[in-house]
Amino acid sequence: MLSLWLNVVASGILMGLVYGLVALGLTIIFGVMRVVNFAHGEMVVFGVYIGYWSVRMWEVPIIAAAALAAAVMFVFGYFLEKLIVKRFVNSPHHYQFIVFIGLSLLFSGILLVAFGPDPRPTASQLSFRTVSIGILTLDLARLQAAGVAGLLIVMLGAYLKYSSFGRSLRAAANNRLGGLIVGLIIPRIYAITFGIGAACAGVAGALISPLFDAQPYLAMDFTLLAFVTVIVGGLGSFGGALLGGLTIGVAEAVAALMFSPSMKTALPYALLIIILIFRPRGFFGVREV
Amino acid sequence: MSEKFNKAAETKRWIAGAIVFVILGLVGALSNSYIVSLMTIVLLFTFMGQSWNLMLGIGGQLSIGHALFVGLGAYSVGVLYLKYGISPWIGLLAGMVIAGSVGAVLAWLSFRFEVHGIYFALLTIAAAEFARIMFSGWEFVGAMQGLFFPAPTGEVDISMLRGGARFYYFVALALAAIGIAGTELISRSYLGYVWRAMRDDDEAARALGVRTFRHKILVISISAASAAAGGGILALVQGAIFPDSIMGMGISVDVLIGPVVGGLGTAFGPLVGSLAAIPLNHLMGALGDSLGIPGLNNIAYGVILISVVWFLPDGIWPAVVRGYAAIKGSLFARPLKLRKAEE
Amino acid sequence: MTTLLDVKNLTRSFGGLVAVNDVSFALAKGQITALIGPNGAGKTTCFNLVAGALKPTSGQVFFQGQSIEGAPPENVCRMGIARTFQIVRPMRDMSVLENAMVGAFSWTRNVSEARSTAYESLESVGLVGKANARTDQLTMSDRKMLEVAKALSTRPKLLLLDEVMAGLRPTEAVSVVQVLRKLAESGLTILLVEHVMRIVMEVASTVVVLHHGAKIAEGCPKDVVADPQVLESYLGAGFHA
Repeated sequence: MLSLWLNVVASGILMGLVYGLVALGLTIIFGVMRVVNFAHGEMVVFGVYIGYWSVRMWEVPIIAAAALAAAVMFVFGYFLEKLIVKRFVNSPHHYQFIVFIGLSLLFSGILLVAFGPDPRPTASQLSFRTVSIGILTLDLARLQAAGVAGLLIVMLGAYLKYSSFGRSLRAAANNRLGGLIVGLIIPRIYAITFGIGAACAGVAGALISPLFDAQPYLAMDFTLLAFVTVIVGGLGSFGGALLGGLTIGVAEAVAALMFSPSMKTALPYALLIIILIFRPRGFFGVREV
Repeated sequence: MSEKFNKAAETKRWIAGAIVFVILGLVGALSNSYIVSLMTIVLLFTFMGQSWNLMLGIGGQLSIGHALFVGLGAYSVGVLYLKYGISPWIGLLAGMVIAGSVGAVLAWLSFRFEVHGIYFALLTIAAAEFARIMFSGWEFVGAMQGLFFPAPTGEVDISMLRGGARFYYFVALALAAIGIAGTELISRSYLGYVWRAMRDDDEAARALGVRTFRHKILVISISAASAAAGGGILALVQGAIFPDSIMGMGISVDVLIGPVVGGLGTAFGPLVGSLAAIPLNHLMGALGDSLGIPGLNNIAYGVILISVVWFLPDGIWPAVVRGYAAIKGSLFARPLKLRKAEE
Repeated sequence: MTTLLDVKNLTRSFGGLVAVNDVSFALAKGQITALIGPNGAGKTTCFNLVAGALKPTSGQVFFQGQSIEGAPPENVCRMGIARTFQIVRPMRDMSVLENAMVGAFSWTRNVSEARSTAYESLESVGLVGKANARTDQLTMSDRKMLEVAKALSTRPKLLLLDEVMAGLRPTEAVSVVQVLRKLAESGLTILLVEHVMRIVMEVASTVVVLHHGAKIAEGCPKDVVADPQVLESYLGAGFHA
């Protein structure tokens, strides 16, 4: 019994690291630009499809697919911001929300047209292989996803904290007007930020492509999962995204064990409602919207 | 002097509205069944869009989870009629009460704990999705298999709200008319002023004596109840209720696209917007089906939403009216704009 | 001389900072009282405490004998106290007239009554001509007056004005002074938070001076202005009249 629980929790932690990466992308975008990227789930799904496509076309390892996803999604996010998002950065919130809903519809429509509604499984070399560590039996694909995600989180964190660009980013997040005054190039920072956020989503998607069949309809679940994670951890908080991811990952895994698997999908929403009501700031929430 | 001025304008608006509805009535009586079915959906979403419009355009509260209320209305009618043989009239009433209460509770919880704006919108999505998943697993309401209404015999039974396509068209038309007239009346009443003040500046409104906490709950509750009424009729029209369709995000988007495209805060906006967006969506869907490419309607909706917010954030209707006024330069061109009730 | 507002030992701290420290004063009906003090003296905090925008840490506020400290702003308004905001807050998507109507709904539900009240309020402040204008078409001085008109529509017994003169040119300030005098003559009690001393001298019958959150002087303008403690608070120690 204990080993079952431990395995479930471990599996949840692994997934949680990936959720953390997804949430990180969302929270960076929000933290710097005060924009709520409701199309984040679509970006994750783009990553899943990139994973699916790379493996199918070139039979590369998932890590290569993830690297490709990072590059592609960064560029995608960068130009999306420059072309569309920037016009709405200072709009009232409900306009922003509606624009992003429009974007998410557009993206899922494009995916449907390109790939059709049927789920596309990604056959990775790691699929179905497991590794045993003591009483734990871990999914190798999951372990890899978590490992890479964790590494990226740490790297991103270090970059934000220690690099000069990272400092500019945090400055821009902290005080937009002040940043402009001291010469920060806010438009470029915003574009890069959005690119980073999209890249996080895309990489996470590619990493989990062996675990989830690529399907346009996954997007909404990921978007809301990302939001739950971010809100649990605190909108705008780096550490919060990570902690939120782990919390949700474990909670989801445990819920699937305790209740029926279909309840598993309901949990994030229930959690979101509870957290929004009782502690909207989350663990480390930074600012009010 | 300005009082008489306003009265003349007001009468002309009511006349314009009446003309529109006479035209729509003729459409219902004379068109073929495809158009009647399509327009029924347009009118239903006009009504539900108007309820959403009330909440955001006048009350200032954003909800992206209206599917929750639509679904509650649908299920109330469906369960009471199909399981207990109770007339959908009662079902509608029950649905409105249930949805109104759920909306009030959600609102109370949120605002009690200072959950506003974007967070509140996220809450509405979460609530709708949670409900959808719960209903998907609830045997009593048919779970994933859903509920099915018996096929319409074509005979009209008003007491049971059953009839053919044309019958439901006129029901939907009546709802749309009630929605537009109701919104206009509310807007001119003290509620309209107080809600708009609350929308524009909550703190300033409170300093003027507006009990914004109560009013937010009230506007959300009314919006929820209306959406439920629309949902109940939608269920009857579609003949079947599935959790994924009636409580899914798709419905929430369908509800908001009319007002957003047509004109937020205006009385005719949801009608114009639904007229523009919903047939296009159906067209794209049909096109996609015939070409074997699903997703065209998503792309269409996405492009429409982005374009409207980008180029015509006020919506199509106000822009049309401005253009018409520029050409005609006459009083008749004034839109039924709820925000400018005093002009 | 009846007391309309009685502030007793009002204190408000924010963490370690005591913004308002044991302040007591009373407002007589029909008088214009000014609340002055150097920057950071706690005037606005005091103001917000009376208006219900902040809850006091301790102390009491009595309005017409009823205790109102801690009451939410909408209740305070309905009891007869109206306030303006220092940084004006017009309802942007409503016309000037509509803005002025909102306050009336705190005591009536009748739209035409609200409308005529709004016209009266706009007339008192000289904005009737711009009744159908959008708020973004107004000058700064007009917006300040709209703030006052909005408050007047609530038919208050006590009007709290938060730095209504700030940002006004001298000519504009003169017309505002006339408006205030007329309002006081009609029986309205006014409490002004003000920086502009010249206005204070002209308009106020009583002045309350705050410094570092505490009341250091109270009395008629002439006396207060000569009070050495007051001078020291504004100009620093070592100043001799």
